Amino acid sequence: MAPLLLVSVFVIATCGLVYELVAGTLASYLLGDSVTQFSTVIGAYLSAMGIGSWLSRYVRRNLVGVFAQVEILVGALGGGSAALLFLLFERVEMFRIVLYADVLAVGILVGIEIPLLLRILKDRFEFSDLVSRVFTFDYAGALFASILFPLLLVPHLGLIQTGFLFGMLNVMVAVWLLFTWPDIPGARPQRGLALAVLLALLAGFIHAEDITGTAEAATYPGKVIHAQSTPYQRIVLTRSGQDLRLYLNGNLQFSSLDEYRYHEALVHPLMASLAQPKRVLIIGGGDGLALREILKYTSVQQVVMVDLDPAMTKLFASNPLLTALNHDALASPKLHIVNRDAFVWLRDAAAAGEPAFDAVLIDLPDPSNYSIGKLYSLTFYRALHDLLKAESRIVVQSTSPLVARKTYWCVADTLAAAGYQVTPYHTYVPSFGEWGFLLAGQRPWRAPGHYPTGLRFVNAEETANMLHFPADMAYVEGGVQRLDNQLLVRHFDEEWSAYQNAW
Amino acid sequence: MNRRHWLTSAAGLAGAAAAGVWLHRAPETVPGELLGADHALGHRLRGGTFPAPSETLTTDVLVVGGGIAGLAAGLRLRDASADFLLAELEEEVGGNSRSGANAISAYPWGAHYVPLPTKESVEVRRLFERLGVITGYDPAGLPVYDDYMLCADPDERLYLHGRWQDGLVPLLGVGANERAEYQRFFDHMAAYKALRGKDGRRAFSIPIDTSSGDPELRALDRLSFRAWLDREGYQGEHLRWLLDYSCRDDYGAGLDHVSAWAGIHYFASRNGRASNAEHDTVLTWAAGNGWLVDKLRTAIADHVRTRALAIRVKDGERPTVDLYLPDENRVVRVRARAVVLAVPRFVAKRLLHGGRFATNDQGFEYSPWLVANLSLDHLPSGPGADLAWDNVVYGSAMLGYVVSTHQSLAMRPKQTVITWYWPLDHLPPAAARQQALGRSTEEWKHLIQTEVLHLHPELKGAIRRIDLRLWGHAMIRPRPGFIWGEARQQALRQHPPIFFAHSDMAGISIFEEAYTFGVKAAEGVLDHLGLRV
Repeated sequence: MAPLLLVSVFVIATCGLVYELVAGTLASYLLGDSVTQFSTVIGAYLSAMGIGSWLSRYVRRNLVGVFAQVEILVGALGGGSAALLFLLFERVEMFRIVLYADVLAVGILVGIEIPLLLRILKDRFEFSDLVSRVFTFDYAGALFASILFPLLLVPHLGLIQTGFLFGMLNVMVAVWLLFTWPDIPGARPQRGLALAVLLALLAGFIHAEDITGTAEAATYPGKVIHAQSTPYQRIVLTRSGQDLRLYLNGNLQFSSLDEYRYHEALVHPLMASLAQPKRVLIIGGGDGLALREILKYTSVQQVVMVDLDPAMTKLFASNPLLTALNHDALASPKLHIVNRDAFVWLRDAAAAGEPAFDAVLIDLPDPSNYSIGKLYSLTFYRALHDLLKAESRIVVQSTSPLVARKTYWCVADTLAAAGYQVTPYHTYVPSFGEWGFLLAGQRPWRAPGHYPTGLRFVNAEETANMLHFPADMAYVEGGVQRLDNQLLVRHFDEEWSAYQNAW
Repeated sequence: MNRRHWLTSAAGLAGAAAAGVWLHRAPETVPGELLGADHALGHRLRGGTFPAPSETLTTDVLVVGGGIAGLAAGLRLRDASADFLLAELEEEVGGNSRSGANAISAYPWGAHYVPLPTKESVEVRRLFERLGVITGYDPAGLPVYDDYMLCADPDERLYLHGRWQDGLVPLLGVGANERAEYQRFFDHMAAYKALRGKDGRRAFSIPIDTSSGDPELRALDRLSFRAWLDREGYQGEHLRWLLDYSCRDDYGAGLDHVSAWAGIHYFASRNGRASNAEHDTVLTWAAGNGWLVDKLRTAIADHVRTRALAIRVKDGERPTVDLYLPDENRVVRVRARAVVLAVPRFVAKRLLHGGRFATNDQGFEYSPWLVANLSLDHLPSGPGADLAWDNVVYGSAMLGYVVSTHQSLAMRPKQTVITWYWPLDHLPPAAARQQALGRSTEEWKHLIQTEVLHLHPELKGAIRRIDLRLWGHAMIRPRPGFIWGEARQQALRQHPPIFFAHSDMAGISIFEEAYTFGVKAAEGVLDHLGLRV
């Protein structure tokens, strides 16, 4: 039995170090500044272990029983702490206090373990032998954990599952003691408790993904004021002071502080270049912000908005913060909302003889996957011909020509291959960075002589700036995005992940 | 024990019990049915008794069998305004290109794509022009295909080492030596693709009988594909898996059971090109080749008689065919001027009685398959590469699955139907067939569900239906010596006014062969009757 207890030293040492590493990694992950987070977490943890060692003197009787209780507690607390911290991150104002309280509690419990074990084993070994053996296993466990953690645990299990797994190992030490050690007072009820904790940890281990999902909102800067999962996407609205931000599937769609730059740039170079635009089609744009700009043209009689997700158009038609932002555009009697798949709608509408549009604004999410990539394809742009007149014009939001240069020019090449005359332009939107658009039509586009009054950003002079492409965004061959070969999605993935990895 | 202690232990036990139940919850039974060729009806041919004919019909041509070959013959006869009937045993025509449909999607029951047709596939190209699959030709003469029928990207992914990777050539964890071997193999195949025999014809072509007759090339047919790989020094485990998979996918049998000629043919014959797609793109539809069946059926609908089992064909100057109509339990005798037997050889042999020639089915071996269609509440996912059209599992007895909603233009279909393909080649065909017929619907569902949930744990509770179809004789097997052997040469001989048309006459079961044999048989009939202008 005593040699087995020495093995348990190895287990608890491994667990102890894993908890410390989990807390440190999590703190730097959630709070940033990894040097500060790691050193404060490690300092707090080690000093807490000191407190634990000191407290162990007050345990006088039933050493094995108390040791088992400590194992159950540390298993539950240490094992569940990653999940707990993730969940609490956005719900608690003083997250740091929770974090350090957790680190201290786990540290204290881990600090009690070794002194208690030494006392349990003191009659079974020579003192010198005992100390050498216990600390050998202790440090070997630490080495084991420190190698395992970055190489296997984090990449394969993630922090939450790692926590639960080692919590279970800790509790298993207690289970083993409670079932095999003779004459522990009160062993029976503790056995039940140990098994219940073990099962709870197991359940946590299995359902770790759900916990990650719940905690996902934690990654947003600002306070989450609305979160909603629809069959199509996760809609999250955050607020930080005056800044209202919309995220779809974790990607920023606009910041209320500078969205006027984006939407004025998207809408006006197109709309102001048309003589008397009457019928307008918006594909995407369920936030109503492009629509707000379109409605500044009094000649417009009808706007058809095709946005897949009814939850989006409903949210932006009803939430007072949002209707204030889009000037209640979605309530316009000129608007007809179609909550359908754009490609499917387009083919049906063309077949049903839908009258042509003067202007088409394509304001879709970036081509980050194969589903959305279809709406940037040659086939889609060709199918659009059926809803256009010779003088009609299209504008496409087409990601950042600076970050994703090939992606941007691939959209341009695709439009050109679909038979359009293409005019590229770009502008700077602080929350997005350098952003690109493409104008397309059967005839070349000519810059508008004047714009509606009251615009905050776009004017004739700014338009000239937008048309100029510096060398680092200049044309590169992007290729043509086809349904059967989605080059664009591959470009996008390559360029944006290179950009994100650089940070 | 005090009250508090009792409560904690009780809570612990209850928790343990609940967890135990949760962990060992039996998999729920999923609705679904097992369909199959009408075995009982088909087997009556082998010695059942039928009533005497109660009526005699006359027609110029009777086509027996409504698979692709029969439909092709029918379409050609219709174009010549010939007087003909097509008799099909099942309720639906289409053979193993049939499809099904439910509220979610149409889905294939078997054949589910056609590669870009080769230059030599003249008949198939003509059909594709007619159906709008080919919409025109570019200035360079390359066909332009309907964008919506070209298989959308991503087309293939492979599950290997617990992750999905793009494409079917195994790459995850495959070392430089094996990758170099891939390169050598594909270079080898590219050389074969470009190779012409001494007679100037392509070494490997589709239709198969347009391939070169060069004896040096045909010698490859006497070797098994595995023996050829041994001879050429292709040893890599992953390459061998890929080739075994390819043979099982196209022929329903692995490296040991198909000839080297057939194995190479898979890689070296398809030289079709398109103006608007890569050369290796395929044409596909939600219903698989059921889309083509539907077009062919519609064109000749007035001539088709389903649930009509041919039981006897009497050869002669005016051949007669007795058709058993199970729903009326009577036999109709059809007197024709010509008959097209668009059925597999083993059926033709049983039908033909007396006459001028022997019909032999020796050497004709057919692979049995099980195909399962699973209706799902959400799309399958998995770590690594995104869901593709064809999703293959490395090292699995089942090949993997295709996604019926893949060609959908909708952003993200909420529900889908996936079609799981399982060539039953673990036993010789007869034994596998017998074992398969002995399995209950529930056993099949259990086998399929276990595989699916092992691969896609996220689909637990999301499987609405599992419908199954057992194909006893799904496809002809190009065993060593078959394609260029005596049995097939004999089978190719036509015996007017009896004509034969079936993909088994090619030795490989593909749309192009079945369709071409159907058209050629119909043209033989038209020539024989003097109806061809």
